[in-house]
Amino acid sequence: MSSASFDDAAGRSPEAPNAPVALSITGRRFDWLLVAAVACMAVAFVRAIFFTPIEALQGAAQKIYYVHVSAAVSAYLALGIVALMSIVYLWLRDERADRLAESAGEVGLVFLTVVLTTGPLWGKPIWGAWWTWDARLTLTLFLWFLTAGYLVLRGAVDDAAMRARYSAVLGILAALLIPFIHLSVYFFNTLHPMPIVLKPDRPSLPNEMLVTLLVFFGACTVLCLALIRLRYRYAVARDALRGLESEGGDR
Amino acid sequence: MLYAALTVRENVVLAARLYGVSDVRAATERALHHMRVLDRGDALVRALSRGLQQRVSIARALVHEPRVLLLDEPYTGLDALGAAALTDTLARLRGDGGTMVLVTHNIAQGLAVATHAAVMHGGRVLRLVRRDDLDSANYADEYRELVGGAA
Amino acid sequence: MRPTLLSSTWVIARKDLAIEFRTRTAFLAVLVFAVLGVAVFYFAWDATAVAALDLAPGVLWVIFTFSGLLSLQRSFGVEQAERAMDGLLLSPIDREAIFLGKALANLLFVAGIQLVTIPAVALLYNLSLGRPLLILFGVALLAAVGLVAIGTLFSAMASNTRLAELLLPMLSLPFFVPVVYGAAQATSTLLAGRPSQEAWPFLKLLIAFDLVFLVACTLAFPYTLEE
Repeated sequence: MSSASFDDAAGRSPEAPNAPVALSITGRRFDWLLVAAVACMAVAFVRAIFFTPIEALQGAAQKIYYVHVSAAVSAYLALGIVALMSIVYLWLRDERADRLAESAGEVGLVFLTVVLTTGPLWGKPIWGAWWTWDARLTLTLFLWFLTAGYLVLRGAVDDAAMRARYSAVLGILAALLIPFIHLSVYFFNTLHPMPIVLKPDRPSLPNEMLVTLLVFFGACTVLCLALIRLRYRYAVARDALRGLESEGGDR
Repeated sequence: MLYAALTVRENVVLAARLYGVSDVRAATERALHHMRVLDRGDALVRALSRGLQQRVSIARALVHEPRVLLLDEPYTGLDALGAAALTDTLARLRGDGGTMVLVTHNIAQGLAVATHAAVMHGGRVLRLVRRDDLDSANYADEYRELVGGAA
Repeated sequence: MRPTLLSSTWVIARKDLAIEFRTRTAFLAVLVFAVLGVAVFYFAWDATAVAALDLAPGVLWVIFTFSGLLSLQRSFGVEQAERAMDGLLLSPIDREAIFLGKALANLLFVAGIQLVTIPAVALLYNLSLGRPLLILFGVALLAAVGLVAIGTLFSAMASNTRLAELLLPMLSLPFFVPVVYGAAQATSTLLAGRPSQEAWPFLKLLIAFDLVFLVACTLAFPYTLEE
């Protein structure tokens, strides 16, 4: 039953089941954004590895920094979208806002994971420690927990409307929590200064490195947005399929 | 909608307070008396039979003397004593000017308190008559005809 | 005559406390867990390497968090049976009163646990009974408000999901961190006899958290109910 419904939506007629399919919902259009994003990332990587000088004090490992910081910025962008869409959903009850929040949340988690893995990878050779409780890493860790919790919550609620409402509430509360985490980390760091040789914060960069960093920022942001859009389209298709299946079941 | 861990009286008192009833004590005693559960006032709800719990539920719903009452199969689970208590209470409410919509499969019980009677089938009202215009002896047959015919 | 927010809050709180007091099992269970936890921590640390005075606040606030979570788990369970929540929702009281009433009942529950746990910590870790105890009670009450605001809301949400017992800690713990941090720093500063101005920023953190999240969770609660 359900496959017949999907075939209808896909433009397949029962008489010619092997005819070419035109998915009317998302379209198998060429995802130019994603391709462009991947190309930008490739350019950024090439530039960072081959065309940017190696930093004197930190050595080649410093180059992980570009990925680390760019991923962090993209993650914050994605999570900002989650928080904004949470407010929009509770205000307008538009399920598109909920879908966008869901997509941005998943992509955000991926980028946060990148930040949390590149952090120690950079930190160990440079500071001699896998982890410091510096502002960015700690905040990222918390964001990771909050985002993971957000996604687990979504997975645990079956009813779509309830899921959207609960996620939106969590999204807004998590956004309210961020300043308190910042404050706690600030207190923590001023009271317990880390005995490290180099400040783990952004080092002062000469022009070439700055350009590379900006190129990386740009490429990462484009990739982030492309992935969110891709994930959003998947969510649209998935929800449409569910809708058709439940209709088919009623017949 | 009862709390199993609280007593009968506590459940009804809670409902009275939630609805802002002015004299909570008196209203509670009245409601318990009308549903004939006053003697079990201090028993925990979880210790009562299903029929008694049903009576307490109804006392709880009526304690704030609602002007409009919607009842969906309220006689389910009631024994003869409980059914009599409910009928008396509904008759009293009707006498005080309250409005009730009672949905029941038990025609006799329904007719005992109704001013109007309607037959519903498939979400539509098939017939609505005043109680006084009805012949109760034949009503059951009429009902079967209507519902059977409309199927 | 529609009850006011304050009076309906109190009605709900009384109801929850009456149910709790009737059985007492949950309270005793959490109490035993808390005191046991304090004892276990003592054995887990080498008391010769770290002074008991430095250890005590940390232990106290960790146990506070986890016994708090246990206390909150039971909060909405009582409404599930017999769909008792429907009765509350049909009545004319404000939705916010349901939240505040339950939060108040939870606060008293948690405070009750702390009333026993804090002296237990003082006893086992050889803190002087007197001023330190009062400090700990005060900060615990402040921290409990924030804990209970978040926990009551998440308990309401989690009770409607499949993974209720897992979700409550998973969602709540990140929110508890500023509370625990502020409370731990405030108490260790004060217990060490340092001037109270040093503790003030942490107390401000706690108070700000309490205010922000008490309001936010109260406003969010109606969104967690069925439409």
